[in-house]
Amino acid sequence: MSSIPIECYLILSAFMFCVGVAGVLIRRNAIIVFMCIELMLNSANLTLVTFSSYLGNSIGQVFVFFVMTVAAAEAAVGLAIIIAIFRNKKTVNIDEINIFKW
Amino acid sequence: MINLIYLTTLLPLLGFLINGLFGRKIKNEKVIGLIGSATVGLSFLVVLGAFIQTVGLPIENRSNTVELFSWLNVGGLQIKFAYLVDQLSLTMSLIVTGVGFLIHVYSIGYMHGDKGFWRFFAYLNLFIFAMMNLVLGDNFVVLFLGWEGVGLCSYLLIGFWYDRKFEKGTTSQAAKKAFVVNRIGDFGFLLGMFLIYMTFDSLNFKEVFARAASFPIAESTFALIALFLFIGATGKSAQIPLFVWLPDAMAGPTPVSALIHAATMVTAGVYMVSRASIIFASAPAIMTVVAVIGLLTAIMAATIGLVQNDIKKVLAYSTVSQLGYMFLAAGVGAFSASIFHVMTHAFFKALLFLGAGSVIHGMHDEQNIQKYGGLKKYMPKTYLTFFIATLAISGVPGLSGFFSKDEILWSAYANGGFVFWLIGAITAMLTAFYMFRLVSLTFYGKERFDHHHVHPHESPALMTVPLIILAFLSVVGGYVGIPKVFSGQHGNLFEGWLEPIYAPAMAKLATFGSHTHLEEILLMTVSVTAALSAIYFALHVYRKNPQIAENVSKKFKGLYNLFLNKYFVDEAYEAAVVQPIQKGSEKFLWKTFDVKFIDGMVNGVASLVEKGSGLIRKIQTGVAQSYAVVMMAGIALVLLWLILSL
Repeated sequence: MSSIPIECYLILSAFMFCVGVAGVLIRRNAIIVFMCIELMLNSANLTLVTFSSYLGNSIGQVFVFFVMTVAAAEAAVGLAIIIAIFRNKKTVNIDEINIFKW
Repeated sequence: MINLIYLTTLLPLLGFLINGLFGRKIKNEKVIGLIGSATVGLSFLVVLGAFIQTVGLPIENRSNTVELFSWLNVGGLQIKFAYLVDQLSLTMSLIVTGVGFLIHVYSIGYMHGDKGFWRFFAYLNLFIFAMMNLVLGDNFVVLFLGWEGVGLCSYLLIGFWYDRKFEKGTTSQAAKKAFVVNRIGDFGFLLGMFLIYMTFDSLNFKEVFARAASFPIAESTFALIALFLFIGATGKSAQIPLFVWLPDAMAGPTPVSALIHAATMVTAGVYMVSRASIIFASAPAIMTVVAVIGLLTAIMAATIGLVQNDIKKVLAYSTVSQLGYMFLAAGVGAFSASIFHVMTHAFFKALLFLGAGSVIHGMHDEQNIQKYGGLKKYMPKTYLTFFIATLAISGVPGLSGFFSKDEILWSAYANGGFVFWLIGAITAMLTAFYMFRLVSLTFYGKERFDHHHVHPHESPALMTVPLIILAFLSVVGGYVGIPKVFSGQHGNLFEGWLEPIYAPAMAKLATFGSHTHLEEILLMTVSVTAALSAIYFALHVYRKNPQIAENVSKKFKGLYNLFLNKYFVDEAYEAAVVQPIQKGSEKFLWKTFDVKFIDGMVNGVASLVEKGSGLIRKIQTGVAQSYAVVMMAGIALVLLWLILSL
C-alpha cells in the first residue's frame, strides 16, 4: 500500500464522486439515479478509509461502517418508495414525477 | 349610626346582587319585592338614625367623615373611599332612601305580573346604591362613581321594556339618547375634575373647598372649573342645552320616572352645584350663567308643558321646569333654597308621577290625557293625592311647594333683580295652569274613553298607601322651611340647618341688598294671586268650556305648534349634530375612508404578496433533479469561494 501514493486514492474518489453527481443530475431513470447516489456514498467511504490508513487512525474506518449501514437502510427505503411510485405512476422517470410542487 | 352609614349603600347593593343573580330562580314576586324594598327601607332607618345623631351634635361637629378603605393610590394621587356625613348629604340621603323606599313599595303593585319583575327590582336597588354613593361621597371621585352609576341605571331602566314601541322608535332608542346626552355632560364634569386636581392638588371635598376659600387663585380658573362642572350638571339635571333626553326618558316604567327622572337622579346636578358652592361663588360670571340657564329652562319647559297630551310628558316638562327653578336659586346664591326645592319637589313630583302611574295602570296603559276624563269617581284616592300634589306644585299657600318656590322667587328678586323674579313668577303661573289643565282633563269633565274596552279602577293598597304618605309629606314638607317673614326670630329652620355648609360661599358672595319685609310679602301676594288666577282660568277652560282651548290654539297656531313640537329642539339637534355625524360617518368615514383607504391598504398588501409569489412560484418545478442541480451549483460556488479565499 505504501507503494501507491495517497493522491491516487483521492483522485479516484473524486472521480467516482463526480460520476455520481453527474448521474444524479442528468439521468432520468430513478434506479440509475439511486445507484449514482450509492456511488457518491462509496467515493466518500473510499476517502475515509484512505485517510484512516494514511493517518493510522481507526475512526475513519468506524465511520465507514456507519455509512454502509445507513446506505443499506436508505437503499431499502428508497427502493420501496420507487416501487410505490411505479405502482401509482407506471413510470420511474424522474422528470415525469413532478409531484413536489404546490 | 353615623359610623354605620356604609350600610346605606351596602344593603341596596346586597339587594341588587340577590335579586340580580337569583331573581330569575326565586320567581316569587312577594319575596323579590320584599328584598328590594326592605334593603332600601333599612337604609332609610340607618340614615334617619345618623340624622338624629347629627342633630344632637353641636353645630361645629356635624360634619363627619367615615373612611372605608383606601381606593386609589397612584403617585401623589390618593383617593380614599370615604363617606361624608353632613347636613347636606344627610338631607339628600333622607330624600333618596325615603322617597325611594315608598317608590319600591309602590312598584311591587305597579310591576305585578311583569316578566322582568326581578330585573326591575335589581336595577332599582342598584340605582339606590349608586345614588347613595353620589350624595355621600367624600370626594369628587366617589361622587363621580355614583354619578356614572345612576346614569347607567337610568339607561337600563328607560330601556326596561326593550321590546316595546315608544313614539316613533323604540324604548332602547330613548335609553340610548339619554345615555349619549348624559355622556356629553359627564365629559364636562370630568374636565372640571381634572382642572380641580390641577388647581388644588386634591379631589377631597374638604381639602378642595378649604383651599378654594383661602388660596389666591385667579377668578378665570374658578370660572373654568365652575363652567365645566355646570356642563356636567346640565346633562344630569336636564337643563338647556342638554335637556332633550328627559322627556324621552318617559319610555321607562312610571315608578322609574318618579324615582330617577323626578325625585332623585335629576337633582344630582343641583346637589353637585350646591356641594361645590364655594367654587361657584368664586366665579360670579358663571353664577349668572347658572341662573340665566335655569330661568330659561324653567320658562321654556313650562310653555312646552302647556300643550302636551301625554300625561307623563306633561310631568316630564314640568320636572325640567322645576329643575330650572333649582338652578335659578343656586345661580342667585340661594343654595339652601335650591336644596329645599329639591326636597319638596321630590315629594310632590314623585307623588304626581306615581299618581299618573296609578291612572295609567287603571286605564290599561293609555297615556293620552285627551282619552281620559271624569276619572274622579273611579279613582278617588288617586284623585285626591294627585290633587294635593298639584296644589303643592302650583304654589298654593300652606303646601310645601309654596314655601320653596316663594323662597326661590324672593332670592331671585333680592339677588338677581326684578326681571328674574318676573320670569320666575310667570313660570309659576304657567306651572299652575298646565297642572290644572292636566287635572281637569284627567279627572273632571266628560268621560272620553271607550267604555267597552276600558274599565277604570282604583289601584291596590300597595300603590295607594305610598301615594297617601307622599301626599302627607307634600303638605307638611314645607313647614321645615318657613320663611323668616312669617317665623320671626327663629328664622328659616331649613336654611339654618344647611347654613354651615354654605358659610364659606356666602362669605365670598356680594352682600344681599337690603329689602323690607313689606316688599317680600307684596311680591308673594302677587305671585300667589297670579298662580290662583291661572288655576281658576285652567279650571274654567278645561273643566267647563273645552272649546275655548281649541279656539285659542287655532288663533295662535304658530305659537301652539312651536310649543307642541318642543321649540323644534330635537329636530334642530338632529339636523345640526346627529345628521352630520351620521352622514359624515356613512359617506366619508365608511364608504370613502374605510372602504377605499383602509380596505385598499389591507387588500393591496395581500395582492402584492400574491403577485410576487406568483412569480417566485415558477422556480418550484417539482422535479427533484432541478432542485439537485441548484443544490450542487450552490455547493460548487461555496467550494469555489473557499478555495479562492484561501
